[in-house]
Amino acid sequence: MNLAATTNENLAHTSNVLIYSSMAVYMLAFFAHTAEWLLGSRSKVARTAAALTASGAASGGGRQAAAGPRVQVRTEGGGTAVLDRPEVVTRSATGSRDVPDGPGAHGGDAQGDLYGRMAVSFTVLAFIVEAGGVLTRALSVQRAPWGNMYEFNITFSTVAVAVYLGLLALRKNVRWIGLPLVTTVLLDLGLAVTVLYTASDQLVPALHSYWLWIHVSTAIFCGACFYVGAVATLLYLFRDGYEAKLAAGGRPGTFATSVLERLPAAASLDKLSYRVNAAVFPLWTFTIIAGAIWAGDAWGHYWEWDPKETWSFITWVAYACYLHARATAGWKGRKAAYLALIAFGCWLFNYYGVNIFVSGKHSYAGV
Amino acid sequence: MSKSTTDAVESARAAESAEAAGSAEAAGSADERDLGAAGSQLSTAPREEALVNLPSLGVIGWIRWFWRQLTSMRIALLLLLLLSLAAIPGSLIPQTSNDLKVQEFRDAHTTLAPLYDKAGLFHVYSSVWFSAIYLLLFISLIGCIVPRTWQFVGQLRGRPPGAPKRLDRLPAYATWRTAARPDEVRAAALEVLGRRRFRSHTAGDAVAAEKGYLRETGNLVFHIALIVMLVAFASGQLFKSEGSKLVVEGDGFANTLTQYDDFSSGNLFDPGDLPPFSFTLNRFVGTYERSGPNRGTPRTYKAAVTYSEGVDGKPRKTTIQVNEPLKIEGSNVYLVNHGFAPVVTVRDGRGRVVFHQAVPLLPIDGNETSSGAIKVLDGYRDAAGKKEQLGFNAFFVPTFAGAGKGQMLSQFPAADNPVLALSAYHGSLGVDSGVPQNVYQLDTSHLTKFKDAKGALLKRRLAPGQTMKLPGGAGSITFDRNLQQWASFQITHQPGSGWALGGALAAIAGLAGSLFIQRRRVWVRATAGPDGRTVVEMAGLGRSESASLPQELGDLAALVHDRAPSAPDDAGTPTPDPQPQVAPAEGAKK
Ligand code: HEM
Repeated sequence: MNLAATTNENLAHTSNVLIYSSMAVYMLAFFAHTAEWLLGSRSKVARTAAALTASGAASGGGRQAAAGPRVQVRTEGGGTAVLDRPEVVTRSATGSRDVPDGPGAHGGDAQGDLYGRMAVSFTVLAFIVEAGGVLTRALSVQRAPWGNMYEFNITFSTVAVAVYLGLLALRKNVRWIGLPLVTTVLLDLGLAVTVLYTASDQLVPALHSYWLWIHVSTAIFCGACFYVGAVATLLYLFRDGYEAKLAAGGRPGTFATSVLERLPAAASLDKLSYRVNAAVFPLWTFTIIAGAIWAGDAWGHYWEWDPKETWSFITWVAYACYLHARATAGWKGRKAAYLALIAFGCWLFNYYGVNIFVSGKHSYAGV
Repeated sequence: MSKSTTDAVESARAAESAEAAGSAEAAGSADERDLGAAGSQLSTAPREEALVNLPSLGVIGWIRWFWRQLTSMRIALLLLLLLSLAAIPGSLIPQTSNDLKVQEFRDAHTTLAPLYDKAGLFHVYSSVWFSAIYLLLFISLIGCIVPRTWQFVGQLRGRPPGAPKRLDRLPAYATWRTAARPDEVRAAALEVLGRRRFRSHTAGDAVAAEKGYLRETGNLVFHIALIVMLVAFASGQLFKSEGSKLVVEGDGFANTLTQYDDFSSGNLFDPGDLPPFSFTLNRFVGTYERSGPNRGTPRTYKAAVTYSEGVDGKPRKTTIQVNEPLKIEGSNVYLVNHGFAPVVTVRDGRGRVVFHQAVPLLPIDGNETSSGAIKVLDGYRDAAGKKEQLGFNAFFVPTFAGAGKGQMLSQFPAADNPVLALSAYHGSLGVDSGVPQNVYQLDTSHLTKFKDAKGALLKRRLAPGQTMKLPGGAGSITFDRNLQQWASFQITHQPGSGWALGGALAAIAGLAGSLFIQRRRVWVRATAGPDGRTVVEMAGLGRSESASLPQELGDLAALVHDRAPSAPDDAGTPTPDPQPQVAPAEGAKK
C-alpha cells in the first residue's frame, strides 16, 4: 500500500515534469510559427485582389484546383475535348466570390515554409510529451485524468492539438491554424500549472462511474473541435471583410493584407468551420444526454437545471441556432458566423465561467 | 468569343440573377430559379416569406399569415435564440429547487427579491415566459414538421425531377462524345446509377437520379424525436412521485405514502400507483481519505440493504451506492445522505428503562459534527412518580479532538473517537399542541432545565458506555457502545424516462443522418450530335457546394465512360490540350 503510494507520487511528479517540458517545446513551436509568419510576409501578394477584379474572370482557378478532380478548360461550341477519362468542371454557387485559397502562413516563402514545418515538428513532439504527461497523471491517480480543472485543462489542450494534427494528417489545409492554436495551448497550460494546479488525488464517490469516461471524454473532444471551428469562424469573418473590401475596390492596410492574404479564401474557411461544428454537434448532443443519464444515476434527477447542465443546454441551443441560421435565407454567411462565435462563447463560459463564478453540483472537485 | 470572355459574361449573369433573386425573395433559391424544377425541393425547408407581404384579408387571412410566420425558419431561429437567452438567468439566480440559497438571496437583496418574484426569476424553468417560449417553439416545430413530412412523402413517391435545359450550369459537369447510341448511353447510365443506389429513371433525353434521402429522413426523425422527448418530460412531471426517507441501520422501509419523511408528486399522480416494495438497511459504510492534503475527503459510501419486490417477495441483498441506485418496480432508490445515530438508554428514578433507541442526528459540517434532539415522550416518571416528559439537546462528534482542545467540532468524519454531548430538560415537549414539530430540534418553551451542582444547565460529554445521572434521583441517560449510522434515501418514480431516452437516441441518430448525408441529384443526357456522334453530358447538384460532389460525379462519369468510351475527335476542332495524357485509357485496361 505504501509502496503504491510512493509510485503514485513518483508518477505524479513525472507527469508534472512532462507537462512543463511540453510547454517548453510548445514555446519552440510558437517561435517557429512566428518566424514562419514574419519571413513569409515578404512574399508578394494580391492574388485575391487579382481574382476579384475584372481580369479575374479566369474564374475560380483556385477553387477548381481545390475541388479535387483534375481541371479541364471547358471548350464551348462544337469542340468537346476528347479525353480518356471525362473531366469534371466545377462551378461555385451563384453569388459567392471566386477567390483562390491563400498559400498558408509561409506566404509562399521557402524559408517561411521551412520554419512552418519545424513548427509542426515541434508541435508533434510537444504533443507526445504532453500526452505522456496526461497519461502518467492518469496512472498516478488510477482513473481518467479529468477529475478537476487542472486535469481537464491539460487533457483539453492535448486533445485540441490532436484534432489539429489529425486534420493535418488527413492532408487538410489547416497549418495556418498553428500559431493561434499553439498560443492558446500555452495559455491553457500556463493557467493549468499556475492557477488551477491540484495535487494528484482520487475522486469523491459521485465521480466514480463509467459515465465519467464517456461523458467527460466526449465533452473534451467536442470542446476541442468547437475551438478549432471557432478559430476558423473568426478568421472567416476577418478574411470575408477583407475580400468584401477588395471587391468593393477598397485598399486594406498592409498588415491586414499580409496576414489575411495567406489564409484560405473566406468560402473555404466558412466551409471548414461549418463542417467541424456540424460534425461534432451530434456528439455534443450525445454528451449532454450521457450527462443526463449519469445525473439520473448519481443525483436522482436526469435534469435539474444545475448551472453546468443549463449552460450545456444553452450551448447546444446556440449551436442549433447556428445550424438553423445556415439553412435560413438572410442568415447565411456573417450572421451565422456570429452565432457560431456566440455558441463557442457559451461553451467557454460553461467550461471556465460556471466553475469559477457559479456554484452548483458540478463544482465539487475543487476548481 | 474567347473562352474567358464567355465565362466572364456567364458569371456576371449569374451574379445578376442572384442579386435579383435575393431582393425578390430568398437568395438561397437563386439556384432553383436558374434550374427550374431540377433544383426544387432538394430540401423541404419552408420557404421564407418576406414580412412585408402583409395580408389584406380578414381574420382568416391574418390567422393564416400568423401561422406561416410562426412556422417559418426565421421565427424558429428567433425562438431558439430566445430559448437560450431565457435559460441564462436561471443559472445565475438561485432557484427554488435550492431553497436555502433562495432564502439567502432574499435576505441579501430585499428590494430586488420582490421584483424577481414577480418575474418568476426564482423558478425560471417553470415560469410562464420560459414555458411560453418553448411551447411556441414546439408549436412551430409541429407546424413545420407536418407539411414537410407530406412533402417528403410526395417526393419519395414521385420521381427525381428531369434534367434542366443547360446541364453545364450546374456545380459539377462533365461531357464527352461517344460512338454509342443515345439510348445505349442512357441504359448504361441507368445501370451505373442503379448500382450506386441512386433512384433513377429516364425522362426525355436524359436520365435523372437522386440519392441521399436519408438526410431528410434523419432531419424529420430528429425533429420528431424532440417532440417525443418533450412529451416524455411533460408526462414525467405530471405523473412523477418523489420522496425521501431516513433509515437507521437495522430499520426498514415499505413503499407506502405514510412511511415517507417527505413526499411530493406531479399533478396527476395517484397514491395507489406507488409500487409495492420494501427494504431494510443492514449497514452503512463510509470510508474517507486518511492522509494527504485531501484528508477527510469521502472515498466510498455504501448502503447494504435487503429488499423485496412486491408485497411479500423473496428477500434479496444488494448495496446501494452513490452512482448505483437500486432499481425496483419502476422506481429508483438513491442513497442521498448519511449520518450517525447514537444509541441511548434512558432510565427513570427507579432504574426502569423508559427509552432505548438509536437517535439519528443531522450532520452540520463535512466532518460529521452532528446535532439533534432526544425526546422521551411517554413512560417516564420523575423521582416523585409523576408523569413527565424528558428532552435532551444532543451534539455529536465522531472524532473528538480531546478535552480542552478548542471547540466541540469533529476532526474526522469516521467514528474514531466518538463523543456525545448532552444537555437535559424536563417538562412538556409541546408535541400535543398540534403544531408540527421538527424532530431534530427541542422546543424548550415548556421545558425546565435540569440543574447541575452549580445551578447551571446540566450538560456532559459522554464517551461510549458512559452515563449521565439526572439530579435528584430523576434517572439517567447512557450513551451505548453500539454506535449506529443512518442513511437517507430518495425514492423516485418517473414514468416516461424510457421514452425520453428513446427520443434522445433517435434524435442523435437522426442528427447524424441529417448532418452527414448529402442529398444530391445527377443527370445524364445523351443526344445525337450533328456529326452522328452522341454527346454525353453529366451534371450533379447538391444541397450545398460539396467537395465530394465533383468527386462522385467524376467516378460516375468514369463508369459510364467505360460503357460508352470517347470517340476519337475527328471533327478537327483545334483543341489545345493543356495536360499531356499519360494515363492509359480506362477502357483500354480491359
Ligand atoms: C426545438 C428546437 C429545434 C431544434 C433544437 C432544432 C435543431 C435543428 C438542427 C440541429 C438542424 C440541423 C440539421 C441540418 O443542418 O440539416 C435543424 C434543421 C432544420 N430545422 Fe430545426 N430545430 C428545432 C426547431 C425547428 C423548427 C421549429 C423548425 C420549423 C420552423 C425547424 C426546421 C428545420 C429545418 C427545415 C431544418 C433543415 C434545414 C436544412 O434542410 O438544412 N426546426 N434543426
